[in-house]
Amino acid sequence: MTLTSNAAAADTPHPASFVLKGGLFPLTLLEITRYDRTEFERDLQNKVAEAPAFFQQAPVVLSFDTFHEEAGAVPLPELQALCREYGLIPVALRSADEALQAQARAEGLPLMAAGRGKTAPNPPSAQAPEEERQGAAEEETHPHSPSRLVTTPVRSGQQVYAPGGDLIVLSSVSAGAEILADGNIHIYGAMRGRALAGVLGDTTARIFCQSLEAELISIAGSFKLDEDLRGEHWKQPVQVHLDGESLIISPLA
Amino acid sequence: MARIIVVTSGKGGVGKTTTSAAISTGLALRGHKTAVIDFDIGLRNLDIVMNCERRVVYDFVNVINGEANLRQALIKDKRTENLYILPASQTRDKDALTKEGVERILNELAEDGFEYIICDSPAGIEHGAFMALYFADTAIVVANPEVSSVRDSDRILGILQSKSRRAEQGERVEEYLLLTRYHPERVEKGEMLGVSDVEEILATKLLGVIPESQSVLKASNQGTPVIHDTESSAGQAYADAVDRLLGEDVPHRFVTVQQKGVFQRLFRRSA
Repeated sequence: MTLTSNAAAADTPHPASFVLKGGLFPLTLLEITRYDRTEFERDLQNKVAEAPAFFQQAPVVLSFDTFHEEAGAVPLPELQALCREYGLIPVALRSADEALQAQARAEGLPLMAAGRGKTAPNPPSAQAPEEERQGAAEEETHPHSPSRLVTTPVRSGQQVYAPGGDLIVLSSVSAGAEILADGNIHIYGAMRGRALAGVLGDTTARIFCQSLEAELISIAGSFKLDEDLRGEHWKQPVQVHLDGESLIISPLA
Repeated sequence: MARIIVVTSGKGGVGKTTTSAAISTGLALRGHKTAVIDFDIGLRNLDIVMNCERRVVYDFVNVINGEANLRQALIKDKRTENLYILPASQTRDKDALTKEGVERILNELAEDGFEYIICDSPAGIEHGAFMALYFADTAIVVANPEVSSVRDSDRILGILQSKSRRAEQGERVEEYLLLTRYHPERVEKGEMLGVSDVEEILATKLLGVIPESQSVLKASNQGTPVIHDTESSAGQAYADAVDRLLGEDVPHRFVTVQQKGVFQRLFRRSA
């Protein structure tokens, strides 16, 4: 799944030994709410028993967005070792906590952009500083990008991604096509493929289309498939927004 | 300057070779020097449909590899003036095709005075199909009024818009849709996709609608491109398509259920 074209590569007289390309890979988040060594190990053991096939060298992103206390106090190397023991390979860290980020750097673990919107309820005293840090993290990780405008139909097999902003499609999206945006998605035509809005975690993102015929729609990771969409709003002009964990489909005025 | 037209589809068996044979013949019959090239290396059938399978001495791959020159490989059609066929290799495979080799041959044909070069693409979206569409100025995307064919045609339209040479240079390939094996009665019954359904999904200019016709199989087996069969509906529809390709505004025939007259019903004449 590449985002950039490498057409020029074929014409260079001395081809480089590598090319840098954009890639999008769905990754599982290990959303950690609290850490106690014995409890964590026991929880891992229970999960492995439930779904052994998943725990075969599965790459995971360690996320502390919903951590109840100071995430910086978590012994990251110990946590990583436990995960590996049970078949989970941490490949990145997602946390706004600077101490934890420093640990990650020491461990050679890359940092992922902090998710927007999903914050666990904090004790009131910690509320203000938490929000400030969240805001700062948002600003540095989401510089303003103009919306991406697509004027021709998005064909089957094509994938269009609007990083840092909205995606506007002035035609239809065919079955087998995939469109993604960090922000909202607007389709002035029929939506027959897959639309994923708020892919970096923006739960306020919405999807608008003139005719809902989609294979899949998703906002910030919560999704609905074709079979759930074939209700009263099928093939109608709709907007989709996220209310908690569920997607709400409402008619466009 | 030669106009390079690729006949492609994505899906197999929808009528690309039939269309390549008919359209190249139609253009030649209207006085334009036309070459038709078979890009289906290893599974060639353009030569069979054009009745020259026994006259193949050198092929496309021979010319790319410099084992023969273009003059030696081009086969002059016996029936139609101005028409030449460049057959594919049956023994090699598609890896023998290179961008430089294909470009060289297309340039040579243009210098030789050819006005139209039709590239008959193989099915799929792999190397052979990609080579056939890469240099195209115009694309005729052939589809049956059937869901998997339409989906595959949509895919190939996407590839034309992103991976052709014109796309790389920021221009557009002129795209046309050709619907083949159309059956108005079945469309009316709701068993088959109609022209408007396909147009809505693919959003591409319609070059023509070729009705399902027994004359196509007959033509293929006889090695006579169906456009020569001026009595058949398919032959006539192809002739209309060629006129539209040349810029004429021709209304679409054979799209609605033909009301059979009394005599036709009595004697059950088939198309």
